[in-house]
Amino acid sequence: MKYLILFFSILLWNSSFSQNLPNAELINLQGQIIDAAELKNPGSPLIISFWATWCKPCINELNAFHDYFIDLEDTGLKVLAISIDDSRTMSRVAPFVAGQAWDYEVYLDPNSDFRRAMGVNNIPHTFLIDDKGSIVWQANKYIPGEEEELAKKVIAISQEKLGDRN
Amino acid sequence: MRSVLFIFALCIPFIGIAQQQKIRAVIQSDAQWYLRDEVLDPSGEYFPDERLLGQGFALFTYTDGDFQAGMRYENYQNVMLGFPTGYRGEGITYRYARVRKENWDITVGNFYEQFGSGLIFRSYEERGLGLDNAMDGVRIITKLNGGIKIKAVLGRQRKYFTKSDGVVRGADIEWSANELIPALGNKGVFASAGASFVSKFQRGFDPILNLPENVGAYAFRTNLNFKGINWSTEWAHKINDPSYDNGYIYRTGNALVSTISYSKKGLGLLASIKRIDNMSFRSDRNGQQFDLFINFLPPTSEPHTYALVALYPYATQINGEIGGQFEINYMIPRGSPLGGKYGTRLTLNSALSNSIDKSVLEDGTRGQKGTQGYISEYFKFGPTIYFRDLNATISHKFSKKYKSQISFFRLKYNKTVLNDGVGDITLLENPNIDSVININAIVWENQFKIPNGQTIRSELQWSIADGFRGDMAMALIEWTINHDWTLAVQDIYNYGHPTPSRRIHYPIVSLIHFNGPTRVQIGYGRQQQGVFCVGGVCRVVPPSNGLSISLTTSL
Repeated sequence: MKYLILFFSILLWNSSFSQNLPNAELINLQGQIIDAAELKNPGSPLIISFWATWCKPCINELNAFHDYFIDLEDTGLKVLAISIDDSRTMSRVAPFVAGQAWDYEVYLDPNSDFRRAMGVNNIPHTFLIDDKGSIVWQANKYIPGEEEELAKKVIAISQEKLGDRN
Repeated sequence: MRSVLFIFALCIPFIGIAQQQKIRAVIQSDAQWYLRDEVLDPSGEYFPDERLLGQGFALFTYTDGDFQAGMRYENYQNVMLGFPTGYRGEGITYRYARVRKENWDITVGNFYEQFGSGLIFRSYEERGLGLDNAMDGVRIITKLNGGIKIKAVLGRQRKYFTKSDGVVRGADIEWSANELIPALGNKGVFASAGASFVSKFQRGFDPILNLPENVGAYAFRTNLNFKGINWSTEWAHKINDPSYDNGYIYRTGNALVSTISYSKKGLGLLASIKRIDNMSFRSDRNGQQFDLFINFLPPTSEPHTYALVALYPYATQINGEIGGQFEINYMIPRGSPLGGKYGTRLTLNSALSNSIDKSVLEDGTRGQKGTQGYISEYFKFGPTIYFRDLNATISHKFSKKYKSQISFFRLKYNKTVLNDGVGDITLLENPNIDSVININAIVWENQFKIPNGQTIRSELQWSIADGFRGDMAMALIEWTINHDWTLAVQDIYNYGHPTPSRRIHYPIVSLIHFNGPTRVQIGYGRQQQGVFCVGGVCRVVPPSNGLSISLTTSL
């Protein structure tokens, strides 16, 4: 029990979100290993969406947001679609993404290392990280219409950044 | 008091640098209050003594630069119906410390890891199924020049609140050709290769059998990607490993999975083949159910999510299967007559799985304990059909307010093997007990946006089966009231069940509240007996009736 209290105490004293993505091994659609920490989008908004080929709400979300994504290019937005498909379905991811005609950066997290490091339990789970690196919005669900809210927040971040520059 | 002072003393140095650190927490809690339902469960055999069952966990991950530590506390009071009953009580089941510095990555304590696609080693968790074979030991990962990455693991696997007797040790080497020859990437070629070796040690005491105490397995893999074409292959071999799963035969095991795909914006094609022969690999040779698997043998079929089709799931047959999968994903372009403003998405998927050839040995026996088991011709199909799946989906968004999707399914499902758990050797000796069910199903899904930001989503499902569960129809309405609340009502009517007394309704009402990363779900209704699967691993869920509540959040 003593050790448990000790552990929690250390954790609670030090709790604060960092700007950096945690180190975790991801695989890109060419089969190459990438470190998640390298996927930052400094100075611009970043969306990280955890999904899988067998998760219908996740696919609905990424499809719905895709229509807005094209119009948000000026904001410098980067969308990382992190597939947690394991070795059963991970080979389906690349042809599936092609069939959906998505323009997102897609990475595989087949043993959920990045998912655990990001504190993701169920999918869909989407994070919006602002230009300074703080998590400004997250949702452990997709409900229709949410993509509009997300697009508005991305534009707000972009305008704030322009305001800061001026 | 002394310990409190000790804790504070430890914390002080951290306060000044708090901005550089972070903690993440995931918390989930589930409970169900069970009600006696004499229609669903006439004899009361599934009705739990506890009436209320609850379980949960909290996972904390702490990161400070190169250092990471974490722990998970789990609590089962008592474990809910359908989960393995080995989960009983509470405790810290997962804790680790990890340092990553320059080319080294060292973990002590618990960890999850996989080599290649996991054919000889995969340590993973699937909390929704109560499945967790985390290693407890040491993992060392290092990178060498020329794109070489080496992983080494040593430890014992988790078994509920204890650990396996057997020790698992292994090493994996992966080579990325692109790091050694960067020019390949410029030409659009991405290539990698890997090899791994895993060995388990478990003492063997048997008055008759001479049990191997050290069992080794090795695997090779390659991946080649060129202009949208990706070809990956993995082959594994395991030495003799008499076990409960294979009936204590001394035959060696092997597995082959090869997948080729083509991806171009708007079109995706995939074809894969697989053959598995005697590849159960556990750190306890007497292990059963999901306990102590060292490896993971992925099923090559599409996991279905629509409720009526998901009642017929496929899980890999670890003692032997041969099969393949083919899939097309195509988007009819936007602006074309059939594509409309938003494009039309088409998917066709086909999968098949059969038993492998298992011919009798020269002495005329087959599958006998203490023998080589059987002789198998590599590419010859066995006589038992395990699974067939042909399904197609058309999805179209008609306007900003309305989209629709229709799916067709045609399945063959071997109930004797996949639901009753009868092995293929038993079926070869008793072919008359084999029952393959034919299922045809159709699902029509619609989504309408209605005023005030609300949405209605509906599913109409109908499946016809020539046995087992019989014919069923289902309707679901999901009303998104606002960004924070969703109400869903569904009913499955098993109107064509072969047993008249089981032609009953399975209604469920769910209310879900969302708030950022928090999700609270309250449900009330009847749960059908079935097989519940995640990622190709399945467990049997007993029928139940009651009120359930589920909370999940992350901080």
